[in-house]
Amino acid sequence: MMNEELFQVEESSDSKVVTRRVAVFPQKTPVKFEQQRPPEKIVMTFPSLIIREVICFQVVVIVLVIISLLFDAPLEELANPQNTPNPAKAPWYFLGLQELLHVFPPVVAGVLIPFCVIVALVVIPYFEINIKREGLWKENQKKTFIIFSSIIFMLVLILIFFDVFSIAVPTLLIYALAVLPYFVKKKSPFINWLSQLSLAEWIMTWFALVSLILIFIGTYFRGPGWSWVYPW
Amino acid sequence: MKFFYWISQTKIWESVFRTKLPISTNLDRALVIFNSLSLHIHPIKVRERAIKFTYTFYLGMISFFLFLVLTITGILLMLYYQPAIPNAYENMKDLKYVVSNGNFLRNMHRWSAHLMVISVFLHMLRVFFKGAYRPPRQFNWIVGVVLLIITLLLSYTGYLLPYDQLSYWAVTVGANIARYVPLIGEELSFLLLGGNNIGEYTLVRFYVLHCVILPAFMVMLIAFHFWRIRKDGGLL
Repeated sequence: MMNEELFQVEESSDSKVVTRRVAVFPQKTPVKFEQQRPPEKIVMTFPSLIIREVICFQVVVIVLVIISLLFDAPLEELANPQNTPNPAKAPWYFLGLQELLHVFPPVVAGVLIPFCVIVALVVIPYFEINIKREGLWKENQKKTFIIFSSIIFMLVLILIFFDVFSIAVPTLLIYALAVLPYFVKKKSPFINWLSQLSLAEWIMTWFALVSLILIFIGTYFRGPGWSWVYPW
Repeated sequence: MKFFYWISQTKIWESVFRTKLPISTNLDRALVIFNSLSLHIHPIKVRERAIKFTYTFYLGMISFFLFLVLTITGILLMLYYQPAIPNAYENMKDLKYVVSNGNFLRNMHRWSAHLMVISVFLHMLRVFFKGAYRPPRQFNWIVGVVLLIITLLLSYTGYLLPYDQLSYWAVTVGANIARYVPLIGEELSFLLLGGNNIGEYTLVRFYVLHCVILPAFMVMLIAFHFWRIRKDGGLL
């Protein structure tokens, strides 16, 4: 008797009616926008995408061939452990790190900072603030300004304490741009564009800018004993 | 053209390529993708907006093509390379002055490597600013970060292989950083270098890392990265 009932329940477990999702309106999505979005045009992969891939591949190879014909890969004399060049430079993409190594204690610059950068990159998609990405000045402007300014102030203070003006200056530059919409209330396309940028975007811009500047300095402005030299 | 048409109608052609020529309907176009091993990672249809140059700048694609060029030139370079001292350096000289197009081959490999580091980094920035790491794409973002790290490691291990002054001291600078890792620094450095200093075993270790271990991880993760793009709902 018991078994029979169970069996019956199993038999009818398939839903008779297939529910169909008509639309999903997440909490904060403006309904108007969702409804107005026109259906996107779809094209066949072959040939539309394939032709682009082929052309892209050809352009890549052609550019590489031209570069390879014009510029020779560097080759110095045989490695000699007794003869240390001054300065000994890492590959260019690590010169930013080497630049940091020059100013911060090795454990901080060589281990802690790269580790933090990797962790920071990995955890980006797991924070609500990075997913929503609302403009920095969207709500509670005064509180945002105080917290943001004090953190930047502390950071710049540490940087100046270690004499790292190569990071302090771009930091202040990014800071100035970020707080511009807080002070300038006049509406202009530039200010509007600045004010809708989120904290995540500001941090990434700062990271990219600082990396670029450090690599640039390490490549062109560092001479014997890692002293400042001019490339000209 | 007639000759090509005749070839395309032979039994041999048909046995190799399943898509019948000429390709005239959308079904045929779909079958081109569907029936091909190398193309079937693509969906049959794509959003027109997503394949525009200004949408992605093709940075992922360019990175992949650079990896392809690097694999091909790398395998050719392996034919002329012995990971030993001073043979490694002498091989570079041979490539430069003896081997036909050897210099061109080496240039191609080196410049592609530099460009790949740039293109992978730019690809990361593009994906970030488009917000393409948002759910459900979180994990593919992490795979991307790992791919960026592997790209750097590949470039770094390859840097030592010519074994000239430039590569020796560049790698020394990097290897010294490993020593600063708390607790296991010395051991880590020893493991990496195969000794206390850069020497013959370092060269072999970097060679194996550069030619076998890291590329193997790279290929597997690239495949996963591509597969995951489609599973997560296509390009964004």
